[in-house]
Amino acid sequence: MADLGCTIAGIETINPFWLASAPPTDKQYNVERAFAAGWGGVVWKTLGEDPPVVNVTSRYGVHKDTARGILGMNNIELISDRPLEVNLREIERVRTNYPDRVIIGSMMAPVEEELWKELAIKIANSGVHGIELNLGCPHGMCERGMGSAIGQVPELVQNTTRWVREAVDIPVFTKLTPNTTDILLPAEAALAGGADAVALINTVNSVIGVDLDQMAPKPVLDGKGTHGGYCGAAVKPIALHMVAEIARNVATKDLDISAIGGITTWRDAAEFIALGANALQVCTAAMLYGFRIIEDLNDGLSDFMDEKGYRNISDFRGMAVPNTVNWNDLNMNYDLKAKIDTQTCIECGRCHIACEDTSHQAILMQIQADGSRKFSVIDDECVGCNLCQMVCPVPECITMEPVDNALPYVTWPDHPKNTMKSAE
Amino acid sequence: MDEQPIDSAKDSRLSAQQITRNFDDLHPPLNAQQAGMEASRCLFCYDAPCVIACPTAIDIPKFIRQIATGNDAGAARTILSANIMGGTCARACPTEILCEQKCVLAKGEDHPINISALQRHAVDPVIAAASSHLFARKPETGKTIAIIGAGPAGLSCAHALAVLGHDVQVFEAREKPGGLNEYGLAAYKMVNDFAAREVGFILGIGGICIEYNQAFGRDIFLEQLQEEFDAVFIGIGLGNANLLGLAGENLNGVQDALQFIADLRQAKDKSALKTGQQVIVIGGGNTAIDAAIQAKRLGANSVTMVYRRGLAQMGATAWEQDLAKTNGVILCEWARPLKIQGKNKVQSMVFERTKLESGKLLATGDEFVLPADQVLVAIGQSLENQILGDLETQYGKIKVDDDGQTNICGVFAGGDCIASGEDLTVQAVQDGKIAAKGIHNYLGGANG
Ligand SMILES: Cc1cc2nc3c(=O)[nH]c(=O)nc-3n(C[C@H](O)[C@H](O)[C@H](O)COP(=O)(O)OP(=O)(O)OC[C@H]3O[C@@H](n4cnc5c(N)ncnc54)[C@H](O)[C@@H]3O)c2cc1C
Ligand SMILES: Cc1cc2nc3c(=O)[nH]c(=O)nc-3n(C[C@H](O)[C@H](O)[C@H](O)COP(=O)(O)O)c2cc1C
Ligand code: SF4
Ligand code: SF4
Ligand code: SF4
Repeated sequence: MADLGCTIAGIETINPFWLASAPPTDKQYNVERAFAAGWGGVVWKTLGEDPPVVNVTSRYGVHKDTARGILGMNNIELISDRPLEVNLREIERVRTNYPDRVIIGSMMAPVEEELWKELAIKIANSGVHGIELNLGCPHGMCERGMGSAIGQVPELVQNTTRWVREAVDIPVFTKLTPNTTDILLPAEAALAGGADAVALINTVNSVIGVDLDQMAPKPVLDGKGTHGGYCGAAVKPIALHMVAEIARNVATKDLDISAIGGITTWRDAAEFIALGANALQVCTAAMLYGFRIIEDLNDGLSDFMDEKGYRNISDFRGMAVPNTVNWNDLNMNYDLKAKIDTQTCIECGRCHIACEDTSHQAILMQIQADGSRKFSVIDDECVGCNLCQMVCPVPECITMEPVDNALPYVTWPDHPKNTMKSAE
Repeated sequence: MDEQPIDSAKDSRLSAQQITRNFDDLHPPLNAQQAGMEASRCLFCYDAPCVIACPTAIDIPKFIRQIATGNDAGAARTILSANIMGGTCARACPTEILCEQKCVLAKGEDHPINISALQRHAVDPVIAAASSHLFARKPETGKTIAIIGAGPAGLSCAHALAVLGHDVQVFEAREKPGGLNEYGLAAYKMVNDFAAREVGFILGIGGICIEYNQAFGRDIFLEQLQEEFDAVFIGIGLGNANLLGLAGENLNGVQDALQFIADLRQAKDKSALKTGQQVIVIGGGNTAIDAAIQAKRLGANSVTMVYRRGLAQMGATAWEQDLAKTNGVILCEWARPLKIQGKNKVQSMVFERTKLESGKLLATGDEFVLPADQVLVAIGQSLENQILGDLETQYGKIKVDDDGQTNICGVFAGGDCIASGEDLTVQAVQDGKIAAKGIHNYLGGANG
């Protein structure tokens, strides 16, 4: 059995799965249920100075496919709407009841050094393992100069991180917003401010949908709506990219990463770890299915590691990072052709019409004497784009086969067709 | 044999309530959740095999996608513009040998899309709203067409012609429209007077007038119609029920299965129907299966369907055979009827076992007797030849060309009375459609 225990920012955790700062970690009751279910840690719902914020009703909106699957959700909630003291006393109690689990205190304050320092100290005194700076909330809080309003300005990221770093002697996590053009700028700022780890991503700014009867964005409150934070499975690709950028950037590559964003299955978890994550945080998946998903997250990850022979997380952490390169480093001579297994093909025609209408007219549909349809790839036309394989409903029916063309690895900068090639 | 008077005709063992339940919807409609989930399973195939297998070529992937995206009205429009009786077809089509047999998911997941249920889901609200607003008539052409028979073929032809702006006069021998939709399809497929409601929807387009109790060959004649109308369409179905030609066929309790079903369909109170307790059904087609199942559901103690060949040769599909079995019908294969016995009233039947030898059906001389107080004969229907006059026939059916035109210029035909494909509602609808196009062209419509 693989060992799921790991360390991030010097904090040991029995497994890499923490619940992200959000409603699942809002109070003692939820958090103790999560620990009983097997979660390794939580980042407590973001705390601010009293008086607590007031939330509106109708807080979430959803993005579904036609088969009722939830692709993503967004929310317009603010930070904890309970008094600071109540939260801190609950944190103390959970720390006593679950000594082997991690609690990180998430916080947010207006951009004033004293406010950040005072709050950080209060939270640290409750016995948390670390402090996470919420610099990401893209709705509501940012209109008050907090959340993403801070996270989008590298200088403020650095300052707030430094203030907390100076105020407490426990690990500091800076939680980044994805609502920025280059994630490396805030990541490097966090590092410069003294962060022990970055946590990313917070939610993606979004309008989840429009109510066509009320003619207002969803969720609709009394005829009006606002932009909110998008999360869940749909944001995973955005998060993977940002994690990878930080992991392969020279300046930030040694920064610990608490990866967040759409993690729903053990496979998602393994992918983030492969791209350099030290540990993981989950919010939406737990909100949609409940805490017991932790069982399969642990189990599936452990089986995967056993199968591959990884004894612990660090055995495969970051293994995909060296293979994550710029487009200009790709091999222009690599050639793939789609191949259709006519034995398992069910003749739906999806590959044909996808390639015919929108790609390279490389899949032939031939009506056989018995009326059945035979689909085959015209190798000369196929550019190996993968579209047909993606739309084929039958697993393994279309495979992408490498062509053994015996050509060397040639990148675009060195490619003969590159007219911009610098003359040597 | 001992004369044991079985006068059980009255003592149906089922309560009126049970009978009502037995004739409720065979397949209840999908709820919105079921429809949404089923629709989202569909792969939206290109050049989809299911469409090719539909005689009316409904664009199935398109209408299913319309359901999936919440465009139910669009789904109904897609269906009904290809098949104006999409509602009946959703209930009556043997999809196991049509669209659903060819659905790629039958191969991929051993579980085809439930196309008929989705079709019904889309069409039913439109029929319930009884509006024909889905279709608008083209400007009136001033042409009038006579249609003989208000069955699926006749009504499909009438609707298509009306849409094109022609006026249609339908002559129907019976008192109600719908043909076998009204008188023949199994009751549990057509609950809540669906056939009549659907006809109401079809007539809502306007320009179609039906005269009832007008029999071709008795009240109206071809020459007269040809004179009065610009074109004629014949959709009279198959009026003659074939006879066994056996001794005892006229005994009390021996009945044409079609008449039995028609009585059942028209009965206001099914529990008042007289049904036997030991029923024998002769035949192996749809009609035999439907009669057998309905006799059982009316409360017969035992129903035995006797067919002279094997189950594999039956006209009834495997799905229908299974339905019969789950309804408690005994399927007796390889036996041919020899005689019907009884005094005034049927009491038993004598059969002889058969076998197949090098493709030939042979009698074995091995006889057996089955008791019966009701015998339903379902060995097929045939065309009423005597009323056809100069119309040319082939293989016992009216001969038509690709446009549905008979050997007589301006006279078209379709449905069960021609040899177009299987004798199915959906085929009759398609025949009507083809003939309407043929008539339109014949009247110069293609150019004008
Ligand atoms: C018992 C039974 C069950 C069936 N079950 C199914 C099923 O489940 N699914 C399926 O797809 N198909 C089924 N069929 C077949 C289907 O009903 C027919 O294929 C379809 O009804 C043919 O349509 P039609 O318009 O050609 O003929 P019909 O439906 O027979 O309509 C002909 C019309 O013409 C009228 N008519 C007849 N003679 C004259 C005349 N001389 N003058 C004026 N009017 C006349 C009739 O009264 C009738 O209204 C079944 C058939 C039977 C008998
Ligand atoms: C309802 C809701 C409330 C949230 N509140 C907070 C918060 O108070 N502080 C915070 O740092 N992130 C908050 N988040 C963001 C999550 O912690 C997390 O970063 C984001 O949802 C992406 O992860 P996921 O895809 O697993 O949900 C919230 C998310 C949701 C859905
Ligand atoms: S890989 Fe792309 S180009 Fe090649 S057959 Fe498939 S869809 Fe067409
Ligand atoms: S998409 Fe797959 S199953 Fe469908 S026709 Fe192409 S190869 Fe066959
Ligand atoms: S064959 Fe089946 S999956 Fe394909 S379009 Fe038709 S119903 Fe849908």
